[in-house]
Amino acid sequence: MKTLSVDHLLGIKYLSKEDISLIFKTADNFKRIINQPIKKVPSLRDITVANLFFENSTRTKLSFELAEKRLSADVINFTSGASSIKKGETLIDTVNNILAMKVDMVVMRHPYPGASVFLSRNIDAKIINAGDGTHEHPTQALLDAYSVREKYGTVKGKKIVIIGDILHSRVALSNIYCLQKLGAEVRVCGPSTLIPKYIDSLGVKHFSNLQEALNWCDVANVLRIQLERQDVKLFPSLREYAMVFGINKDILMSLDKEIIIMHPGPINRGVELTSDVADSGQAIILDQVENGVAIRMAVLYLLAGKIKNNGK
Amino acid sequence: MKENKIIINKTKFNIIVERLSHQLIENHGDFNHTVLIGVQPRGTHLSNRIHKKLSSLIANTEIKVGNLDITFYRDDFRRRKDPLEPQAIDIDFSIEDKHVVLIDDVLYTGRSVRSAMDALLVFGRPKSVELTVFIDRRFSRHLPIQPNYVGQKVDTIASEKVIVEWEETSGQDRVILINTEE
Repeated sequence: MKTLSVDHLLGIKYLSKEDISLIFKTADNFKRIINQPIKKVPSLRDITVANLFFENSTRTKLSFELAEKRLSADVINFTSGASSIKKGETLIDTVNNILAMKVDMVVMRHPYPGASVFLSRNIDAKIINAGDGTHEHPTQALLDAYSVREKYGTVKGKKIVIIGDILHSRVALSNIYCLQKLGAEVRVCGPSTLIPKYIDSLGVKHFSNLQEALNWCDVANVLRIQLERQDVKLFPSLREYAMVFGINKDILMSLDKEIIIMHPGPINRGVELTSDVADSGQAIILDQVENGVAIRMAVLYLLAGKIKNNGK
Repeated sequence: MKENKIIINKTKFNIIVERLSHQLIENHGDFNHTVLIGVQPRGTHLSNRIHKKLSSLIANTEIKVGNLDITFYRDDFRRRKDPLEPQAIDIDFSIEDKHVVLIDDVLYTGRSVRSAMDALLVFGRPKSVELTVFIDRRFSRHLPIQPNYVGQKVDTIASEKVIVEWEETSGQDRVILINTEE
């Protein structure tokens, strides 16, 4: 069997198309397993995973923890709110202290872009990036692309528009890398103030009109407006944003085709999606959540396979 | 030097499949309470072949057959040079209270069969589990596992490898012995 070309999952940028295919293929097996009456396999029974969340997360953390437990790994959790970070400990010291407890893999979310790359160069454990600031969120992109593949059979040739706050979004960047590697066409849509200045350099075009974007696409991946990352007001009001870029049933009905709506969660109902859209059959938001566990199991399994074991 | 030796040719191959099928009928009758489970990836060829034979021998009964993948239950994860590729699990029935016949091509150390028994429990608590293998490499067991139905017993040394080839994948039915010693 092929193995991943990388030793850590730091970002989609570092993965090859073959890596992504291997993760998807492995996730197919795990999806089958998590739908069995007994959802657990013993593969990672001698692996310990530390979930280090230096930034708030509910669903990603739960999804990783569940994936780890379904693979029979031992799990320890760490959230910065209740830790020594506030006492001034450095990242490497914190992580080395945790590794001294014989941890094999680290799943980390951190507010600073590049934190996981930095860690991978300095410590001896497999690192999975669960979001580093506004940089990358690779497992989210993998599960998004996997969900598109599940719905359409392939990602290749599909037209996907990412709508909303592209500037502050690690999901957007990872999605762009991932979907392009798989042969999809990606465009973005949102207020110009929320679109990165050099988005063209990624080969991504920008729609400033929502109707045009939806007419063009097969899939709309709608992002959450991240109010916590905006120091300055980048659009006048949430109400105005919802009126110009919010997706409602009327606009979906006006299209001559049925598109798929995705959202990485948590949804601001009434802002980027109205409730009737979020709860409609076109939205595959809860499928994304289920696929997230299978994708994370696949990533953990494939990376754990690279940890040497001589029975010691 | 590498040399391949054919130890079972096509004629004998088919006789063995036929014999195993008859032995199974002898013990399981109409297969109303028995299911066949082929161990992925190579045991499924034998289970499908036996299933086909049984279906032609026993009229008007649908004999249940499934494929079991044991990749995630193996005891050599991270100890092999190359990781194994998981295959599809294809068991769309419960094995609760059924007699299960596990089917694999070659029985060697017995570790795969242990993993298979572990993986099987997900689908229910079987009444009994039996093991059918095409080739039994005697004297090489690491675990106390013995087959109930054996196609052919083969005595080998560690540097030898027994390969069961199937018409579906290799173009012909035969069993070859390969000496891997350089």
